[in-house]
Amino acid sequence: MAQVAYVRHKMLPEQTPPPNSVGTIGWLRTNLFSGWFNTLLTIVAVLLIFRLLANVLPWALVPTWGGTSLGNCREILQEMGREGHFAGACWGVIRERWLQLFFGFYPSEIYWRPILAFFGLFVALSPILFPEHAFRLIGFSAIYPFIVVYLIWGGSIWGPVMALLGFVIGYMVLKFLTEPLGRLAATIAAFLLPVLWWLFLASPIAGTFANVLPLALQPVESAKVGGFMLAFIIGVTGIAASLPIGIVLALGRRSDLIILKGICVGFIEFIRGVPLITLLFVASTLLNIFMPPGTKFDLVLRVTIMVTLFSSAYMAEVIRGGLAALSKGQYEAADSLGLDYWQSQRLIIMPQALKISIPGIVGNFIGLFKDTTLVSVIALWDPILLSTNIRADTNWNGILWELYGFIAVVFFITCFSMSRYSMYLERKLATDHR
Amino acid sequence: MKKSTFFGAFAAAAMAVGFATAGTLDDVKAKGFLQCGVNTGLTGFATADANGNWDGFDIAVCRAVAAAVLGDPKAVKFTPTTTKSRFTALASGEVDMLSRNTTWTFSRDVDLKFTFAGINYYDGQGFMVPKELGVSSARQLDGATICIQTGTTTELNLADFFRVNNISYEPVPIETNAEAQAQYLARSCDVYTTDASGLAATRATFEDPSAHVVLPEIISKEPLGPLVRHGDNQWGDIVRWTLNALIAAEELGITSANISEMSSAPTSNPEINRMMGTEGSLGEMLGLSADFAKNAIAAGGNYGEIFERYVGENTPLGLSRGLNAQWTDGGLLYSPPFR
Repeated sequence: MAQVAYVRHKMLPEQTPPPNSVGTIGWLRTNLFSGWFNTLLTIVAVLLIFRLLANVLPWALVPTWGGTSLGNCREILQEMGREGHFAGACWGVIRERWLQLFFGFYPSEIYWRPILAFFGLFVALSPILFPEHAFRLIGFSAIYPFIVVYLIWGGSIWGPVMALLGFVIGYMVLKFLTEPLGRLAATIAAFLLPVLWWLFLASPIAGTFANVLPLALQPVESAKVGGFMLAFIIGVTGIAASLPIGIVLALGRRSDLIILKGICVGFIEFIRGVPLITLLFVASTLLNIFMPPGTKFDLVLRVTIMVTLFSSAYMAEVIRGGLAALSKGQYEAADSLGLDYWQSQRLIIMPQALKISIPGIVGNFIGLFKDTTLVSVIALWDPILLSTNIRADTNWNGILWELYGFIAVVFFITCFSMSRYSMYLERKLATDHR
Repeated sequence: MKKSTFFGAFAAAAMAVGFATAGTLDDVKAKGFLQCGVNTGLTGFATADANGNWDGFDIAVCRAVAAAVLGDPKAVKFTPTTTKSRFTALASGEVDMLSRNTTWTFSRDVDLKFTFAGINYYDGQGFMVPKELGVSSARQLDGATICIQTGTTTELNLADFFRVNNISYEPVPIETNAEAQAQYLARSCDVYTTDASGLAATRATFEDPSAHVVLPEIISKEPLGPLVRHGDNQWGDIVRWTLNALIAAEELGITSANISEMSSAPTSNPEINRMMGTEGSLGEMLGLSADFAKNAIAAGGNYGEIFERYVGENTPLGLSRGLNAQWTDGGLLYSPPFR
C-alpha cells in the first residue's frame, strides 16, 4: 500500500472570515452588489426611491394640521415661502373630518357604541385567532353578531334576542328530536321551526317584551352608518359568513348527489360570472322594484348579503383547491377508520384542506375588505363617497390626495395586519416535513 | 291552517301596497318626515358638514316642502343618490321627491315617468381654459384636448357643438369632478367642460383663479329642478307650488325678515294675503294648512335669499343671478299667479 504523503494530525484554529464578507460590508456585497447586474439594479432602485421621497416628503411634511380651509392652508404655505398648486398638503381637512371618515354621520354623542363593538370584535375573534389561549370565549363569539346589531343600530334589545332565540330553537330541535324523529326529519324541523319563529312569532313577542321592559338604545338609521365603520361591518360580516358558506359550497360541488352538486355549481359559476358592481346594483335598485312599495328592507343589510354571497362563491373555489390537493389516501384512511362522512370531513379532510388554502382564503378576505369601497356607487357612505361629500364643502373643495392618502393608509394598516396574521398562522400550522 | 296563514300574509302584503299608493302626502304625514333624494355632495347645492347636517341650494327646496307639508323644515331625511341610483330611488318609492340638480328633459319626463315640479336653477354647459392659451371663444378650440365626465348629457352636448362648428377635439374621459380638477391642473387636458355652476365652483378652488377663464359660450340648456313620480298629481302640485311660493315671494318682496309681519294681518296686496293664508283658501285646495306658503318661505327665506346664501356672489361659488333673476329683472323666473 502506498504511504499517504501527508496527513495533518493537528486541528487548525478557526480563522476569522475575510473582512469584506462579514458585517455591514459583507451584507451589502451579498445582498445589493453581487455582480454587475444586481449593482445596476440597486443603483436604479435607490435613485427611484430617492426621487419619489424627494417629491412626496416636502409635500407631505408641512405644518398645515391646523388649517381651517384650503385657502387658509395656502396662506400658511405662503408664509413658508411656498407657492403653486403642489406647494404642500392641507392636513386640516383630516383634522376636521377624520372622525367622519371613521364613523360617517353616526351621532357623535354615541360614538362609544361602535367603538365598543369594534373592541368586542377582538374579544369575539380571539378564540378563533388564538384557540390555545382563549377558547373559553367561544360562547361570546356566537352571540357577538347580535350584540353588534344592538350596539350599532340601537332600538329595543328584544329584536336581536328573539333573532338569536331562533338559532337556539334550531339547535335544541337538532339535539333533542334527532332520537325520536330520526335524522332527516329532525334536520328539516331544525330548519323550518326557526323560520316559522322568525316570520310569525318573533316580532310580536319582541314587541310585547319591549313594552314591558324596553332596554332600548337610541335607534340609529342605516343612512347614518358610514366611513370605515361601514367598511368593517360589511367586510367582517362577509368574511365571517363566507367561510362556512364557502366550505358547504365546496363540499357540495365535490359531492356525488347530482342535484346538490348542480345547485352548488350553478350558484358558484353564476356569481363568479357577474361583476360585484352588478350585484350591488341589483341589491340597491332591482330588489326595490320587485318588493311591494313601502317594504323596509335595510339597504346595508341587502348589500351585506350580496357581498357575502359574492365572496362565498370565490371562497368555495379556494377551498375546493385545498380539497383537490389532498391525496386520495387521506379519504381512504378516513373510511378505513369507520368514520362517517361528516366525521371524516371534520377530523381529517377539512383541517388539512383549510391549512393548504390559508394564503388563498386570506387573499380573498383582503380582496373582499377592499371591495367594500365599491358600495359608493350605490350611495352608501363608504370612505370614498364621504371624501366626495367633504369636497363639496366650499372649505375643502379641491382637496384630493390628502383624503385619498389617509383612506389608503387606514386600508393598508388593516390589510397588512390580516396578511401578517395569515403568515403567523401558516408558520404555526406548518406540519409538512421539510 | 297553514294555507290560511299563507293567504293572510298575502292579504297583509296587498293591503300594504294599497296603503303605500294611497298618496304621497298621506304617507309623508303619517311618517312625520319627508324623505328627500339629494346629491352625495355638490358644492353649494348639497353639502353635509362635519356633524352630518345637510345644507345647500337643493337642500333648501326639500326643507321648504317639509315646512309646507309638516310645518317643520327640519322634518326631512336625506337619501344621498348617485347619478345612477337617483331615478330608481324615486321610482321605487324609496324617496318622496328628488331635489338633485337633475336636468328636465323630454325622455326623463315622458319615458321615465316623472313629473318635474319646476325649475330652481337654469344652468348650461360651459368651458374653462387657462388664460395663457389666449382663447376667447369656444370656436377657437379646434384640436383641443377636453376633460369631460362620461355618461352624462355633457358628453353628447360637446359632440354636437363641435360637429355643428365643424371643428375637432380629443376627449379625455374622467369619472368625477374631483378627478377632472386634478387632470386639468396637471395639464392632461387644455379645456374642462361641465355645467357653468360647476365650473365656477371648480375655478374658485384654484390657487390663482384669475389664471383661468370661463369662455362666454353656453352650449346647452340645463334646467335643473325638483321632480316627483308620475301619477300623484296632488303631491306634484304641492312641490310645484312650494317652489313657486319661494319664487313669487321674492317678486312680491316677502322675505324671512318681514314674513311674520306680513302673515299676521292682511296687507294691502291681495296676492300676498292669498299666499299667506289670510285671505282665500289656497292651502286647503292643496290639502295643506292655510299657512303652507308662509312656512315654506320662513324655512329659508325667499328664492333670492336662498340663492345669495348658498351660491350667490358673496359665496365662494360667486354665481351671478343671470338667467336665474326674476322676469322683472330680465331673468327667466316667472311664477304663475297665486289665485
